[in-house]
Amino acid sequence: MNGTLSWRRIRPAAMPVIGLGVALAFLWPYLVMLLDAFRPSGDVVTTPPSLLPRVWKWTTFGEVFGDERFRAWLLTSVVVAVASTIIVVLVAVPAAYFTARFRFRGRIAFLFLVLITQMFSPTSLVVGIYREFFSLNLVNTYLALILTNAAFNLAFAVWILHGFFASIPKEVEEAAELDGCGPVTRLRRIMLPLTLPGLVTATIFTFIAAWNEYVVALTLMLDDNKKPLTVGINSYVTGYEQNWDQLFGASIIAIVPVVILFAIIEKHLVGGLTAGSVK
Amino acid sequence: MKRRGEASGPVALLWLGPALLLIAGVVVYPAVELVKASLSRYSITGLRKGDAGLANFRGVLANESLGTVLTNTVVWVVAVVVLTILVSLGLAQFLTKEFWGRRVVRWAVIVPWAASLVITARLFSLIYSYYYGTLNAVLLGLHVVDTPIDFLGDDRWIMPSMVAVGVFVSIPFTAYVFVAGLHAIPGEVYEAARIDGASPWKAWRLITLPLLRPAVLVATVLNMIYVFNSFPIIYTLNESNPGFGHDTTITFMYKLAFKSAEKDVGQSAAAGLFNVLLILVAVVAYLRVSRWREEES
Repeated sequence: MNGTLSWRRIRPAAMPVIGLGVALAFLWPYLVMLLDAFRPSGDVVTTPPSLLPRVWKWTTFGEVFGDERFRAWLLTSVVVAVASTIIVVLVAVPAAYFTARFRFRGRIAFLFLVLITQMFSPTSLVVGIYREFFSLNLVNTYLALILTNAAFNLAFAVWILHGFFASIPKEVEEAAELDGCGPVTRLRRIMLPLTLPGLVTATIFTFIAAWNEYVVALTLMLDDNKKPLTVGINSYVTGYEQNWDQLFGASIIAIVPVVILFAIIEKHLVGGLTAGSVK
Repeated sequence: MKRRGEASGPVALLWLGPALLLIAGVVVYPAVELVKASLSRYSITGLRKGDAGLANFRGVLANESLGTVLTNTVVWVVAVVVLTILVSLGLAQFLTKEFWGRRVVRWAVIVPWAASLVITARLFSLIYSYYYGTLNAVLLGLHVVDTPIDFLGDDRWIMPSMVAVGVFVSIPFTAYVFVAGLHAIPGEVYEAARIDGASPWKAWRLITLPLLRPAVLVATVLNMIYVFNSFPIIYTLNESNPGFGHDTTITFMYKLAFKSAEKDVGQSAAAGLFNVLLILVAVVAYLRVSRWREEES
């Protein structure tokens, strides 16, 4: 009893301290990375290692942004992630809405197909994907990466949106139907605003998956200035040259936009993760 | 959902068409290509040289490393998924408590998810490094060890080192699924338990956990798929080791086609098909065991 009482007293102070510990548990590798970006590459790989830079080097980020290759990789990542996300949303919303609201032949088959696709990863099919785009002459194109990312993230989006649409009572739409609104208008005006968390969840998942995709890009994008960040930045540290500072500086730049995006939409996300799947 | 509208085939095609096209074009077609490739012989440069029958499948099954690779895969998937679920359950419980600075802590937890796996993997390959790794420096400094540990070269340490990174990057997503699940449980449920005098642990075991079941199911299935298909961590951390001693079926397959001396596209395709089959069987088996269907209806 005594223990509980004193916990209640120290709780307001103790919880933030534990919180700080939790935050550091997830951040420490990236703090090490940030420190490594601020020291000359040679200092990263020196024995014995030192936690803080022996020499501070403030020019890394300038160098990275000044690197033409880096800007090309960043462009690829942005184009591919944004385009794939737009395609996924545009394609998944109608499919999810229709399967949630209408009965038709092949409905179960379609949902089953989506479930199966969820289990496929581009990695296990990479040989097939490479052969397809090779024969279509689309190796080294944004289009190949965009289509691949869109296709493999479609299943999750359809799945989560389907759950959302199905969870909204049909009566909500019936009044609008009596007023003569067609399914497209009902979807746009009534259903989408109600299922915003689901839409946000599908969007952020697709964006992160596309932004961080590696294997297909590694295989399809052989042209150095067409590579996305994930693949491109690896050439900062190879057997021939070792620019750890630039690798990690570039990595920080690649993480920041996603974390900011996440922080902005986090509130919606938490509602979105289960409301759809847990009926 | 008692009544639903009926719709005709052509109308359905209009709504589902784009999705079907995308799946057919970029999932089904490569899958067919994969099957075709698995039945063909290829030159080292990737040119098709003719039919191979089932030789590629026999080749994969006869590969002397297959046993090791399969064992590695099972250890990898089971260890990462189980540890991730357990840690995330605790973490989610913490992240749903009210306290000062909670939002910032939640943002911090997101970072390993937002960072690309390749970046995190490369970062850890440096942190684990025998010569200049931070981890060894800290362990030596605290006198936990007397000599540095070769985390990525010592056979006993590679798998645990990779599993640690696997768990680290899987926790954020999983914890978020659980946070969402916890938010969905109405507060009155706990109120009732408290009035009944249940201890916090008992309340969690008998009330929270059963209500969290759907979230646990979703998180486990998605994690199984992601972890099984996970490529960058193993590929990067295991880079300095020759052979397939610490590969899972996914990196094994990739190396067959693109990194091995033979560059055998046909065998790699056959291995890819085995991969698809493996994950299908694993997920279906898990869903069977946890009676997913009952849960759904």
